[in-house]
Amino acid sequence: MQERLQGLLTPFEGQSGAVIPLLQKVQETFGYLPRETIAQIAKFFKVSESEIFGVATFYAQFRFTRPGDHAIKVCLGTACHVRGGTQIMGTIERELDVKSGGTTKDYKFGLDRVACFGSCALAPVLVIDDKVYGRLTTSKVKEIIAKYQ
Amino acid sequence: MTQTKTFEDIRREATAEWEALEHSQKPRIFVGTATCGMAAGAEEVLMAIEKELAQRGIEAIITQVGCIGLCYSEPMVDIVRPGQARVSYGSVTPELVPRLIEEHLVNGNPCSDLALGTLGDGPAGSIPSLFELPVLKPQVRIVLRHCGLIDPENIRHYIANGGYSGLTKALQMTPDEVIGEMKKSGLRGRGGAGFPTGQKWDFCRKSPGREKYIICNADEGDPGAFMNRSLLEGDPHSVLEGMLIGAYAMGASEGYLYCRAEYPLALKRLRIAMGQMEQYGLLGNNILGSAFSFHLKIKEGAGAFVCGEETALMASIEGKRGMPRSRPPFPAVSGLWSKPTNINNVETWANAAAIFQNGADWYASYGTDGNRGTKTFSLVGKVERTGLIEVTLGITLGEIINSIGGGIVGGKAFKAVQTGGPSGGCLSSDFLNSPVDYESLTKAGSIMGSGGMIVLDEDTCVVDLARYFLTFVQNESCGKCVPCRVGTRQMLRILERITEGEGKPDDIEELQRLAETARDASLCALGSTAPNPVFTTLRYFRKEYEAHIYEKRCPARACQKLVSCYILPDKCEGCGICIRACPVGAIVGGKRMIHIIDQSKCTRCGACIDVCPPRFSAIAKVSGEKIEVPEEPIPVTPKKKQKKRSEGE
Repeated sequence: MQERLQGLLTPFEGQSGAVIPLLQKVQETFGYLPRETIAQIAKFFKVSESEIFGVATFYAQFRFTRPGDHAIKVCLGTACHVRGGTQIMGTIERELDVKSGGTTKDYKFGLDRVACFGSCALAPVLVIDDKVYGRLTTSKVKEIIAKYQ
Repeated sequence: MTQTKTFEDIRREATAEWEALEHSQKPRIFVGTATCGMAAGAEEVLMAIEKELAQRGIEAIITQVGCIGLCYSEPMVDIVRPGQARVSYGSVTPELVPRLIEEHLVNGNPCSDLALGTLGDGPAGSIPSLFELPVLKPQVRIVLRHCGLIDPENIRHYIANGGYSGLTKALQMTPDEVIGEMKKSGLRGRGGAGFPTGQKWDFCRKSPGREKYIICNADEGDPGAFMNRSLLEGDPHSVLEGMLIGAYAMGASEGYLYCRAEYPLALKRLRIAMGQMEQYGLLGNNILGSAFSFHLKIKEGAGAFVCGEETALMASIEGKRGMPRSRPPFPAVSGLWSKPTNINNVETWANAAAIFQNGADWYASYGTDGNRGTKTFSLVGKVERTGLIEVTLGITLGEIINSIGGGIVGGKAFKAVQTGGPSGGCLSSDFLNSPVDYESLTKAGSIMGSGGMIVLDEDTCVVDLARYFLTFVQNESCGKCVPCRVGTRQMLRILERITEGEGKPDDIEELQRLAETARDASLCALGSTAPNPVFTTLRYFRKEYEAHIYEKRCPARACQKLVSCYILPDKCEGCGICIRACPVGAIVGGKRMIHIIDQSKCTRCGACIDVCPPRFSAIAKVSGEKIEVPEEPIPVTPKKKQKKRSEGE
């Protein structure tokens, strides 16, 4: 992990304001922000660990625990809300026995809510990894999840 | 590589390429592959087309385009046979592809039953012109003029259609003349606040300092809004050209484009676009051989709604927590890295490009006094034709919802329209004749906002919607100032109580008081506008609040704690579908037995309603009333079944 992190840090040498892009890179590489990386990033920018942690926790994008193999993101934007997004979320929570924000016990799926993907015309919408699924119904969701199991 | 070429050379090449394509002897196929198209299955359709063409040995030019705005009929495919009209097909599935290729591409008979309309050459047979359809006819496309028509990953398509001619025109003017032209156009900030753009540019230009920044705000965070995503995916160069014009006018040599990470396709297309600009000498030092230099960086937002606020956005670019600060000093005086900075929204920048391509007078000829030009809206929710639209300012809400949107889904009753996202409000049917402009919407208690327009029908509970928005802003409050941090939390608590049937008689007054405090005392617009959903729903739908509080009833039958589901004994046919669908095993009854929902187990998820065959429609959702059902499953009587059948016929 040490070496991989060092490789990520180097291009950001001497760049002010690069904390967020770097954190994004780290998360892209490891899937989350492991505790150790925060310490090393703080050292790299010569600031306290709490400062980096403060930035990282401010933004919804960053996570601090190991994610599932497949990231399920259920949109709960306004259009999805009025078209039944909450029911979609409820169905997945029951199907996979996991709460929003959590990961299934076998680390197969991570489930999160997202404020809006901007695919509102096809609401309700969810995204698994990078694939967008629109015009969902509770039964359609079960079929989609089954494809990944 | 083409640095030595003049722009005129580039333009000539691009036009020649475009003309060659337009008059190509090969058939052309366009597939809408913006995020909305993808969500509807455009990728599978694209693969099916490629497979079908390969099998038949047909050579065709396939172009992936952005979204034309008719999201309700995605995935969309356009087919052009050499010398014939371009025909748009909607709701295309991979199964339909062989037929389209066979009948239209091979035999030359457009499938009129599947076609939406023709593009460019007037109607073809029984197929109408696409832009004459009720959904498109009332629209005026300035910002979206290229979306869905050109390849967004090919700069030459943009140039061949007038692209970057606005920049060349601006470069021949003095910066003051450019700003004068902007003022004359009457363009106002499309991010929602509506500040005159020319004046904003002027502030930044006149602000002392050699280093200045411009920023494009593409952190479209309003849930229910996707105008900027669609524009960046469908025509990124128009935004980038606008930024160049602005940078030249304000004397900025560096800029940032702050785009949310939830828009991977928009980011990809922006990066491609910027690479092409560099190739053609449109980005970097000495742009098009002039003394003007401009460098642009993309910053990916990391998921914080408050970063749409300009001072928070700048803090985020600086690598800090995205918290707003009090103004003044305004960004035009002290912005990014404490330097004079100008921030405009994606749509504002794109408008700037159009203004310089066609002239300020031309732009000002659209719209009404004080509200010039057009505005894009994402028309979504319970409306028949959801999608991205562009209309001249001054059009009425009713025209948008009924003419363009085709009215409410399933013939239900219109209840309200929500504009402006979490900072906006819910307007009742009394406002359907109100014009859509900055002042009218503000007067009604809502805001123009960046362009989210969510239509609600009788099944949407406005109290629940107010709770939804408060949940959102409470989550997104940065926590810096007390009125927003604590105020939104307290308002949310009350709203949660009301929607759960625990509302108290003085809750409405308490809500009103908290809302006024948050509005008056919050540091930034997030907090001061957060109460708008509460204000407007209280103002126009007070009765619904009262029904929740005093009668423990949700008139829209949407608040889960206040509704019950019953299986109607005279309609149930005992088919068992709902028993299998119920996730909590709350439905009892065997084959041919009238099913019964165990109210103590039911979570009101609605799964049974979704699956109950429409010809039975045996499940009723009620609020505040009780339906008599047998205590235990009893057999379905054949007589009743007979009667039902004959009624259904």
